[in-house]
Amino acid sequence: MSTIEASPEVGHDEHGHDHDHPPFLAHHFDTPEQQFDSGKLGIWLFLVTEVLFFSGMFCAYAIFRALRPEVFEGCSQFLNTKLGAINTGVLLFSSLTMAWAVRCSQLEQHKGLVGTLAATLSCAMIFLGVKAIEYSHKWAMGLLPAGLFFYDPNNPHPTDHPNYLLFICIPFLIALAGVVIWLVLSLLTANRFHIAIAMPLTVVCLCFFVGVGLGAFLESGEESAEHLDGHADSDGLAGAAIVQSAESNAIAENAAAVAASGAMVPVDESVLEILSTDPTNSGVASGLSALEQQTAAAGTSTITGDGEVLGGITTTEVDVLTPTTAGVFFSIYYCMTGIHAIHILAGIGVLVWLLVRAVRRDFNRQYFGPVDYVGLYWHLVDLIWIYLFPLLYLIR
Amino acid sequence: MSAHAHSDDGHGKDGHDFAHPMSVQTLLAVFFALTFLTVITVAQASFDFGAFEVATVMFIATVKAVLVMAFFMHMIADKPFNAIIFIGSFVFVGLFVIFTLGDSMMTSGSFEPRVEELAPAVAEPMEVQVDGAP
Repeated sequence: MSTIEASPEVGHDEHGHDHDHPPFLAHHFDTPEQQFDSGKLGIWLFLVTEVLFFSGMFCAYAIFRALRPEVFEGCSQFLNTKLGAINTGVLLFSSLTMAWAVRCSQLEQHKGLVGTLAATLSCAMIFLGVKAIEYSHKWAMGLLPAGLFFYDPNNPHPTDHPNYLLFICIPFLIALAGVVIWLVLSLLTANRFHIAIAMPLTVVCLCFFVGVGLGAFLESGEESAEHLDGHADSDGLAGAAIVQSAESNAIAENAAAVAASGAMVPVDESVLEILSTDPTNSGVASGLSALEQQTAAAGTSTITGDGEVLGGITTTEVDVLTPTTAGVFFSIYYCMTGIHAIHILAGIGVLVWLLVRAVRRDFNRQYFGPVDYVGLYWHLVDLIWIYLFPLLYLIR
Repeated sequence: MSAHAHSDDGHGKDGHDFAHPMSVQTLLAVFFALTFLTVITVAQASFDFGAFEVATVMFIATVKAVLVMAFFMHMIADKPFNAIIFIGSFVFVGLFVIFTLGDSMMTSGSFEPRVEELAPAVAEPMEVQVDGAP
């Protein structure tokens, strides 16, 4: 770097005051504040792309919910509100510790920074542990995305499935084992820097299993209550809907069942009238199509509305839990929560990097940008969960 | 390794301090407000607000989001330009969702399977009969 030879006017932009540059200030920035503001603008722009990325999935959610509100109401019963609420609390708390970590880095409280970062990481792990219980429980029940969905209301808890929970836990077990080995090695070599990193990381990895335990405890509580009530409470309208759809496969039969019960839709009297008078009619569906043809011919507008209701929405209401319709809900559920979980994993990655740098005491009053930027990302992940939780778990 | 440069060491005194640390009280107050709003959201799910349900839920979530953005994300102390960029993205999200949803509501009906297609065996003899009737 040619610093001395450059004339002052030209060299100012380049490396004119290299001797005055603190080690954390990149050479192309004049002041630490300029460096901080540039990074901050960059991370805000990244957050904008994240918002737009997630908006695509929220849009898919809005479209399917607008088209089939009853599918969302029915399938939402399968999501455990308690687990969702616990996870919301855990994420909010991790947001608090993250904001606190930014404060610590600005005030040069190095021990506090390591502590708050470790707390944030632990909360992230608890979140993932609870999520592992939720996912493995649903996979075992066959509550899978469209195409894989095989939930059977008569046998809601099949036993011939692999241990999904173990599969999810294996990577975290390996990480825990690795960190523990690292901790033991650094204790043996008495490397204080490595001990200071490996110790909080061991706690962080253990927290995943705390989350698994917490989720299993809450899920088992739900389960026993479910068995006591004979599925009446938790499944509610969904259970009733499944039984109906299991009984009748053909559309004609479905429509007949609805017409017979008369509970779901106000059935037009004339349909039944035709049914009773005309011996050639084999079902209400035929009567209905006949009615449609007649309306089309006669041009009367009053009956058309009822015909539409019978032909469209009733059949889907009966079929809430058939693989295609319920599967669409679970496709959206797994896509949104899964990509959110991937963001949590990415957040864990950058937080570990911050933890190492915090132990190294890299940050100070003039250089706390990385902590602030990761904090902004972490709050965005929290922000997305704030919307996901009520939209998926709290439908009715 | 540990050669960290404290600003007290003589470096970095050239500009004013640009860090705006949030007070612990503010952070805790925001956290408890968020927890309280979460409890409200869970509690309201047991009541039936009918059509207003989604609106209620989204309103509470938006209040929470504003709290997170203003305090945890330091937007109140940040440069206004950053806030404009970020909040501006929600305008485009709104446009995207509203137009796509509107389009879906207006056109999806045209692509739903018709009754004859779903049950051809039952519907077909009827057609013949009705055609002959008038």
